[in-house]
Amino acid sequence: MNDSMNRRDFVLGTAAVAGALTLAGRRVLAAEPTKIGFVYVGPVGDYGWTHGHDVARKAVEAAYGDKVKTTFVENVAEGPDAERVIRQLATSGNKLIFTTSFGFMESTLRVAKQFPNVMFEHATGYKTAPNVSIYNARFYEGRAICGTIAGHMTKSGIVGYIGSFPIPEVVMGINSFTLAAQKIRPDIKVKVVWANSWYDPGKEGDAAKALIDQGADIMCQHTDSPAPLQTAEARGIHGFGQASDMKAFAPNAQLTAIMDEWSRYYVQRTKDVMDGTWKSQSVWQGLKEGMVGMAPYGVAVPADVRKAANATRDGIVAGTLHPFTGPIKNQAGEVKVADGQTMSDGDLSKMDWYVAGVEA
Amino acid sequence: MTITSLGLVLLTIIGAATPLLFAALGELVTEKSGVLNLGVEGMMLAGAVVGFAVTVTTGSSFLGVLAAALAGAGMAFLFGVLTLTLAANQVATGLALTIFGIGLSALFGSGFVGVPVAPLPKLSIAGLSDLPFFGPLLFGQDALVYLSIVAVAAVAWFLKRSRPGMILRAVGESDLSAHSIGYNVIAVRYAAVLFGGAMAGLGGAFLSLSYTPMWAEEMTAGRGWISLALVVFASWRPWRVMLGAYLFGGVTILQLYAQGAGGLGVPAQVMSMLPYLATVLVLTIIAAGPWKGRLDAPACLGKPFRPST
Repeated sequence: MNDSMNRRDFVLGTAAVAGALTLAGRRVLAAEPTKIGFVYVGPVGDYGWTHGHDVARKAVEAAYGDKVKTTFVENVAEGPDAERVIRQLATSGNKLIFTTSFGFMESTLRVAKQFPNVMFEHATGYKTAPNVSIYNARFYEGRAICGTIAGHMTKSGIVGYIGSFPIPEVVMGINSFTLAAQKIRPDIKVKVVWANSWYDPGKEGDAAKALIDQGADIMCQHTDSPAPLQTAEARGIHGFGQASDMKAFAPNAQLTAIMDEWSRYYVQRTKDVMDGTWKSQSVWQGLKEGMVGMAPYGVAVPADVRKAANATRDGIVAGTLHPFTGPIKNQAGEVKVADGQTMSDGDLSKMDWYVAGVEA
Repeated sequence: MTITSLGLVLLTIIGAATPLLFAALGELVTEKSGVLNLGVEGMMLAGAVVGFAVTVTTGSSFLGVLAAALAGAGMAFLFGVLTLTLAANQVATGLALTIFGIGLSALFGSGFVGVPVAPLPKLSIAGLSDLPFFGPLLFGQDALVYLSIVAVAAVAWFLKRSRPGMILRAVGESDLSAHSIGYNVIAVRYAAVLFGGAMAGLGGAFLSLSYTPMWAEEMTAGRGWISLALVVFASWRPWRVMLGAYLFGGVTILQLYAQGAGGLGVPAQVMSMLPYLATVLVLTIIAAGPWKGRLDAPACLGKPFRPST
């Protein structure tokens, strides 16, 4: 319901703004700012996924000041609602529109077809068009660093992992984490609990409690709120932040955090549109390009573990280490990736099986 | 499962149940007076954000909790003006109150996202709180948990035994009769609505100050709606509300533990449905059982009161 309210406000608001602009546009021609629209799936105050995109939107504003005008619509439900919101943004003169959730894919493509002069950037999708680019971050690279740290730091050999939904993005993260941890601690067990939500602080915190009660002494999450880390702090164990540096919530517990760094990409793509050099592309960037960042190591991470984590990071950046290098066995013990082989991006993006050692 | 881990599970269940208990108990009193306020989610959010903001700003969690109750009551007052004084439709106004609460709390709380807060202090009695199993369960909770249980007893006694409670029920069962023998229906309903709002505010404060000590937009994540269902589930009886809240919290938590223990051979999505399935099941049993028709909904629930004179 909050969606519909936001949307209604937005439609009324943009109608007014659009009206005012068409009037103004006849008089002022030169100094029109480039308008950029953002469609968010959650609230900007989630301190997770949407928050990260909004930080990047502000970075675009900071970089170009009066030359750009950004508009965002938050809490847009995936599905038909999204199409109306995206179309509204396109008709109200936005030249570049970022649609920041997987479920906006079809809506983005349909609207893009009707507005060939508007450029679209769709996050985490897999379909492009002449005016639709897709971009995603290789979060699994960050997960490998977390896995390395966890392998060193766990005493019980049990890691708790709070998942949102068993989609390839999340499965890939669990596997990357587990494989990296097994290099240090071959007998490590990764227990997965599904919250079936991207965002429910109470439930995420409860899932963390359940995992800690069952022996986990490291907490990893693929949900958006700081609640699991907060629980880790309260129970005196360690964990990893998600999407933002969550140190404020867990000054002792946070070992590091995987951070979504969209700013550089958004600023670059805005520049491309302003320069008229924007081209459709498909990018999947990671630690090397700076789309995935890591928060500073927490106080609990000893020097030798930092060194090992840095080595994992440097190897990935240099291209000498790929988190999915064989031999990799699935839960049933079958070899899925042969010795020395690495998984292709295509196989990764379809991943629907767990590596041995995962309990999900 | 060892006795220690059972204790830990129970602790987690208490945490999950307490916000539901507050909100549902408040709504029960509101509904007993004949008013259906669907704005519980909005009032909880108001309580959560104001409780958090006041605690962070003043450093006093007592003031924070107090402010949360007032904020919930403030939202409820708005609802009261619209539905009781102006006789607006209760369903539509309640829904609007929830949507309004989501937006307002997000606006008010935007400066508090990512700010840590000290959680509510837990009771600590030397000797007792350290007892194995019973210590943390009985003597190691925070004030709001104890308050929620005291509130159940108080509401049960108030509605059943006290004179004002009987007047409140009379107003909810037959507003015209209550009016004709001289009771001020609107005033009674205002009191009930304000109490409901204050309780929802406390439920919200428990979320943002104890359960997950932080503020994040829409952090109630639907608990207001679950509370509304719990009132029906409990067929408008305070102790059953408590039973329902703990049952619901229990199933939610146990499915998380079951997943961590390797699952029960059913998909995680099915396990997430369990609490809701349990609710539907109980509602069906109540509605279709031998006590059929004895759901005991207040007769005037949701009807605006317009005295003819």
